[in-house]
Amino acid sequence: MTATDWPLWEVFVRSRRGLSHTHAGSLHAPDAEMALRNARDLYTRRSEGVSIWVVPSTAVTASSPDEKDSFFEPAGDKPYRHPTFYEIPEGVQHL
Amino acid sequence: MATVAYGTDRTDEAARQAAFDAAVAADERIEPRDWMPDAYRASLVRQMAQHAHSEIIGMQPEANWITRAPSLRRKAILMAKVQDEAGHGLYLYSAAETLGTSREELLDKLHAGRQRYSSIFNYPTLTWADVGAIGWLVDGAAITNQVPLCRCSYGPYARAMVRICKEESFHQRQGYELLLALSRGTPAQHAMAQDAVDRWWWPSLMMFGPPDEESGHSAQSMAWKIKRHSNDELRRRFIEISGPQADALGLTLPTGEIDWDEFKEVLKGNGPCNEQRIAQRRRAHEEGAWVRDAAVAYAAKHGEGKPS
Ligand SMILES: [Fe+2]
Ligand SMILES: [Fe+2]
Repeated sequence: MTATDWPLWEVFVRSRRGLSHTHAGSLHAPDAEMALRNARDLYTRRSEGVSIWVVPSTAVTASSPDEKDSFFEPAGDKPYRHPTFYEIPEGVQHL
Repeated sequence: MATVAYGTDRTDEAARQAAFDAAVAADERIEPRDWMPDAYRASLVRQMAQHAHSEIIGMQPEANWITRAPSLRRKAILMAKVQDEAGHGLYLYSAAETLGTSREELLDKLHAGRQRYSSIFNYPTLTWADVGAIGWLVDGAAITNQVPLCRCSYGPYARAMVRICKEESFHQRQGYELLLALSRGTPAQHAMAQDAVDRWWWPSLMMFGPPDEESGHSAQSMAWKIKRHSNDELRRRFIEISGPQADALGLTLPTGEIDWDEFKEVLKGNGPCNEQRIAQRRRAHEEGAWVRDAAVAYAAKHGEGKPS
């Protein structure tokens, strides 16, 4: 690694306690510690976060946009996974 | 992230082009790993690089006044604003990197004069009032340009713009407030504010780019929904909202016509500060080398800097 090819890190920020971390963006840094510090300066200048994760971008495995139809298709024909699939008589409550 | 090698079969290509066109037509966002036409990718890289460069070069004219800010309050505000512009540059460089161009490559091109930044930053900041005029007019023009970019067809660019636009309104308001204080101050302060507005008005209008009939990239960018409005349309909108704002400041906007010859000269590199800006950028980069080297050495010593 030279000064010009610092690895890329993906930054996830928890905006408030009780919420999950959300992807905020990415940045370059020589190591995880510097990535965290840079992420604080870059993504939480206005108190946007209470916790930050940094993950090496190369550690992310992503689904392929080309296979998106076949990959997500299995869920498409299973409407019975949704509560709205079921017919309940009028007037039945708390269901 | 790993990239997928795509087949180059001709029917494949046509199907991908059709999927791309349909996504754009349906106002869906194009994401980094989606297929996209080479020209769309190139056009985005050009625009995003120019935008990122503008953010970081734009730090210079204002940073010029940090040590001379008239109060601690103004100094803290100005430092925060200049720091924001650095952040904007970084958001945009990382968004551009999703298209497969490294930040290093873009910076090299900026330093070599092979990619542009906004012509506005080639004008000097002669007085403290210029800091106000930049916030009100230059950031104001930038906001007018950038709000529609939040709906740009390329997802990472649109997301960076959402973040940037949120931060820009503080920039504009602090500039407006600064000018208001001067305008309501002594006659000399009022004159200084008016002079700054007189000088920054025309270059701010030029920020929207050449008139529509001369704008080479516009039609295609609009078809791709990178751009949503024409240069002249945005310029007109900015002029309309600026009038009443100037009235409330007790200042007047100049009347007349935009000098497009001046615009062309500045683009060619003959503006008042072109050389100074790029020389300072190169120097800052070179003088920061030891910090980058030290960070690498530290990471190596502690066995981190993984992965690579
Ligand atoms: Fe900015
Ligand atoms: Fe700004």
